[in-house]
Amino acid sequence: MRLYLSQDAAAKALGAEATAAAIRAAAPGVDLVRTGARGMVWLEPLLEVEAPEGRLAFGPVTAAEVPDLFAEGVPGASHPRCLGPTEALPWMKRQTRLTFARCGVIDPLDLAAYEAHGGLAGLRRALGMTPEAICAEVTESGLRGRGGAGFPTGIKWNTVRQTHADRKYIVCNADEGDSGTFADRMLMEGDPFCLIEGMAIAGRAVGADRGFVYLRSEYPDAIRVMQVAVDRARAAGLLGPSLLGSGQAFEIEIRVGAGAYVCGEETSLLNSLEGKRPVVRAKPPLPALQGLFGRPTVVNNVISLASVPVILAGGATFYAGFGLGRSRGTVPLQIAGNVKFGGLFEAAFGLSLFEIIDDIGGGTASGRPVKAVQVGGPLGAYFPRDLFDTPFGYEEFAGQEGLIGHAGIVVFDDTVDMLAQARFAMEFCAVESCGKCTPCRIGSVRGVEVVDRIARGEPGQIALLRDLCETMKFGSLCALGGFTPYPVLSALTHFPEDFDRARRAA
Amino acid sequence: MPASPEPDLVVAETRAILADHSAREGPLLPVLHAVQARFGHLPRAALPVIAEALALSRAEVHGVASFYHDFREAPAGCQVVKLCRAEACQAVGARELAEHAQARLGIGWGETTPDGSVTLEPVFCLGLCACGPAALVDGDVVGRLTPEGFDRLVAS
Ligand SMILES: Cc1cc2nc3c(=O)[nH]c(=O)nc-3n(C[C@H](O)[C@H](O)[C@H](O)COP(=O)(O)O)c2cc1C
Ligand code: SF4
Repeated sequence: MRLYLSQDAAAKALGAEATAAAIRAAAPGVDLVRTGARGMVWLEPLLEVEAPEGRLAFGPVTAAEVPDLFAEGVPGASHPRCLGPTEALPWMKRQTRLTFARCGVIDPLDLAAYEAHGGLAGLRRALGMTPEAICAEVTESGLRGRGGAGFPTGIKWNTVRQTHADRKYIVCNADEGDSGTFADRMLMEGDPFCLIEGMAIAGRAVGADRGFVYLRSEYPDAIRVMQVAVDRARAAGLLGPSLLGSGQAFEIEIRVGAGAYVCGEETSLLNSLEGKRPVVRAKPPLPALQGLFGRPTVVNNVISLASVPVILAGGATFYAGFGLGRSRGTVPLQIAGNVKFGGLFEAAFGLSLFEIIDDIGGGTASGRPVKAVQVGGPLGAYFPRDLFDTPFGYEEFAGQEGLIGHAGIVVFDDTVDMLAQARFAMEFCAVESCGKCTPCRIGSVRGVEVVDRIARGEPGQIALLRDLCETMKFGSLCALGGFTPYPVLSALTHFPEDFDRARRAA
Repeated sequence: MPASPEPDLVVAETRAILADHSAREGPLLPVLHAVQARFGHLPRAALPVIAEALALSRAEVHGVASFYHDFREAPAGCQVVKLCRAEACQAVGARELAEHAQARLGIGWGETTPDGSVTLEPVFCLGLCACGPAALVDGDVVGRLTPEGFDRLVAS
């Protein structure tokens, strides 16, 4: 009898290890496979039981509940706590799992299972194509960077491909610093070979034989899984001097960050990898031309790279068939914060925030009304309910003075004080600024002071805050200083009552 | 609180770590991690050794190490509790939890209790944003942490 239980950090954080131990004690003979996560965080620890009709879901299952659940042996479909087949749950059925197809399904470190579930088909096809054709295929798929800026991935690759150098690099940006995001973590913990395969395809496409995964230190579980996956891939010939016997070489090294948000910015990340002080570099030169150690470098987000295998396996037209406008394919929405059904939901671009928050997310966990959602991390705008009909797409969000960023969506109920959120945005920028530009370094410190004066009801400060935001927007080298005004100004514009409290009380 | 290691030991072990990393491109960050993993902090005596081996100035090594939140100049307490302060956790009570934690331990961010038992650090996101407030306790993840849960964690 085979059972499945996630070993993803979110499952562990909710007690999966204790649940696993309790299951082993209650049913010593069973085969308990530890998988990645399905993404339904509210059901974790989620236990799945193999059955003829598919895997049956039970969750959340705490260690204390295990003896009861297993009182009459391994529970089946007739058990009152059975939620039915996992794949038939509305949350799963409504998704288009392309990038996360295997996540939560297989043992993440089982290469045979990876292949049995469609893995390596993309790389095999790529190894038979010219580098030019691979770049063209990725361009035609419409894939844009999932790290935030939304630059077309195929065009970036083609630039690196056409640049001549003695050495080129593939750098995977696994710094995932945005609050409300965990897609990179879930993918690396749940399907690490998919990222390795995507990087290997990128290497083939641009003529790079070396890759780095820059993985944040805040993700100890992902670091462990990725490290083992790289070792196993090497042992199996999926990395090394001749990928799958093709003669194409590719190596990957895992590098651990050290707790600096700005290192997610690609040029700061490159400096960090080089061992330099990770201040942001001025562009040009683009990393595609002069990146790591001055060599042409592809810097891509985890999800961008992990979406490439399915694009190569299924074809550009298949992938581009999903989505909305210039946002093609699928996006792993990460529904977080004060939300009833939180987790990762992969869908074609185009859902509205209403559908995402009310329908899929089920509203707040506290049961109170939703007041605001922040989309796209600490540099993303706060959206009020009146803007919830905005469809999820790069241009659509930019049109509302917002951004989709890495597709994290943080829900707040009506107890949130938007002035405190604006203050936090400025404080975060002040703490994490690399220090290169005055508007970012000094402006953010001033911003905190000005918000505090607004809180005390001092007159004229709101205009000052708006001016300061303008200066930061236009005088900052990177999006840390340049986009911090988004959360600040959106809070001010959409929730003016929270900035007027002291004055009204007076 | 653990005593600072002997400078001779630091020098010898830092040299060994540098030798282990000599084949790497851009070895400074992994070396700093390895030294901190070995000693629990970056001992002052390690910096000139690293600088010399990598042909950098001491100021450069210090400039890199001090940029990051992860590296410490002094040993931490026996237990290191990192509480998430980012927005997704704020939405479910992280601010209140942080206030409780500081009051209960009688220390601020980045400080260690006088008996050396607990170091409290802020962290901006652990990727546990759908099960906050989140914490990392000696490298282990904790979700939906309540003030009572925090008290149990630090008491154990
Ligand atoms: C302050 C700052 C932080 C960033 N953090 C990340 C990050 O954690 N992960 C990421 O993939 N991109 C991050 N980016 C975007 C990167 O600079 C870059 O656009 C991205 O890695 C390119 O990959 P993509 O085209 O696949 O998205 C950040 C940008 C800025 C300005
Ligand atoms: S905007 Fe801020 S983080 Fe970005 S380069 Fe300037 S100082 Fe550094």
